[in-house]
Amino acid sequence: MARILIPTPLRQFAEKNDTVEVEGATVGEALTALITRFPDLKKNLYSDEGKLRSFVNVYLNDEDIRYIKKEASPVVAGDTLSIVPSIAGGRAHA
Amino acid sequence: MPELSKEEILRYSRHLIMPEVGMEGQLKLKQSSVLLVGAGGLGAPLAMYLTAAGIGRIGLVDFDVVDFTNLQRQVIHGTKDVGKKKIDSAFESMRDINPFVQLERHETALSSENAFEIFKNYDYVVDGTDNFPTRYLVNDACVLLKKPNVYGSIFRFEGQATVFATEGGPCYRCLYPEPPPPGLVPSCAEGGVLGILPGVIGLIQATETVKLILDIGQPLIGRLLLYDALNMKFRELKLRRNPECPVCGDNRTIHELIDYQQFCGIPQHQPEPTVQGEIEPTEVKQKQDRGDNFVLVDVREPHEFQIARIPGSILIPLGDLPKRLNELDPNAEIVMHCKMGGRSAKACDLLKQNGYPKVRNMKGGILAWSEKVDASVPKY
Repeated sequence: MARILIPTPLRQFAEKNDTVEVEGATVGEALTALITRFPDLKKNLYSDEGKLRSFVNVYLNDEDIRYIKKEASPVVAGDTLSIVPSIAGGRAHA
Repeated sequence: MPELSKEEILRYSRHLIMPEVGMEGQLKLKQSSVLLVGAGGLGAPLAMYLTAAGIGRIGLVDFDVVDFTNLQRQVIHGTKDVGKKKIDSAFESMRDINPFVQLERHETALSSENAFEIFKNYDYVVDGTDNFPTRYLVNDACVLLKKPNVYGSIFRFEGQATVFATEGGPCYRCLYPEPPPPGLVPSCAEGGVLGILPGVIGLIQATETVKLILDIGQPLIGRLLLYDALNMKFRELKLRRNPECPVCGDNRTIHELIDYQQFCGIPQHQPEPTVQGEIEPTEVKQKQDRGDNFVLVDVREPHEFQIARIPGSILIPLGDLPKRLNELDPNAEIVMHCKMGGRSAKACDLLKQNGYPKVRNMKGGILAWSEKVDASVPKY
């Protein structure tokens, strides 16, 4: 059982939840459980080829999964997964 | 080595009596130069506090004009400044806060053509613009010129901050190699922002800038600070330099500045969409006055509907539209509108895909309605 923190911009696709508890032995399984529960999240997290999008980073606790075993990184009870997309609140042109 | 005048000693006394700053530190601040990009939400507190702290020279890049919607968060500007250039309004406040700081104006849009020329005269760069093209431009220019880049970004109730492009440290492209496609990440104009939030994040940027200059404490390098105002939580994630980063990696592929508007997928000349599916607000008003048989659908959120609405419109928020299609007659003439026209364009696409041929998008949304049809409808 892992906890996934949903960032503000993506909450609209996750029934406004900021935290979701999911089952999964790896990061990939936990994320699959997440998008199975909230299918609208899928296109925001994954490309059409099924790869995690380059402007969405996933952290297992405080570690970027790209520097551990990516989606194969093992998840144990009590772990926190954070989805951290790039944000930009300012005017489109500067 | 410059010295502090009697007036400056008095002004900076609360710095001078701390050993971590002291005379030596205050002189470091006085000898340093910082470039602020943007005098908006993040730029406002940054400019005010860095000026008060006694940075020797501060450059400001901005070409925007103060408007009423800025005042909820851009505290460097006041009500009397609406309509003035932000750079003039900001300098007026900064001169008042600390006349000992040398201010340099760069009244221009930062671009790949001028970034090196502007950046090269400063020790540190702080990006307060918070948009993707400028962020990648500032990042690449800082990496290529080896200037630390103090980063902050905000959205609604959440913020991020870190320091990029220090020697051996990560850069923004290590974190996010590519920007999201345009339209996927809403801006504050679309998504809103808690007015205090840029104050918190801007002051984290200001704190890190001063720490870098003084060379004290643990800088926010290799750590991404996340702030959640609603839950009042700070979290920290590890950031690493990516050896495969195209601009700071071991085999870099970017050696000069590129076209960042294009990189971020923003068309150079926003083509005036001459889509046949569009309708002017004035024409919608004429249709209403004539008593034409059509439905005006507002796809904004209920809280926006409370701020302002067009008489005769019905509210179906964009997110609810798929499951509320049955409320609309496929044979009816339908006009969709939102705040500025973006969401209603998506709504039109959705309706067309679902067999509604007679659907049109009201150009410019309710803001254009307020401008062209009925000025009593408030803008927001």
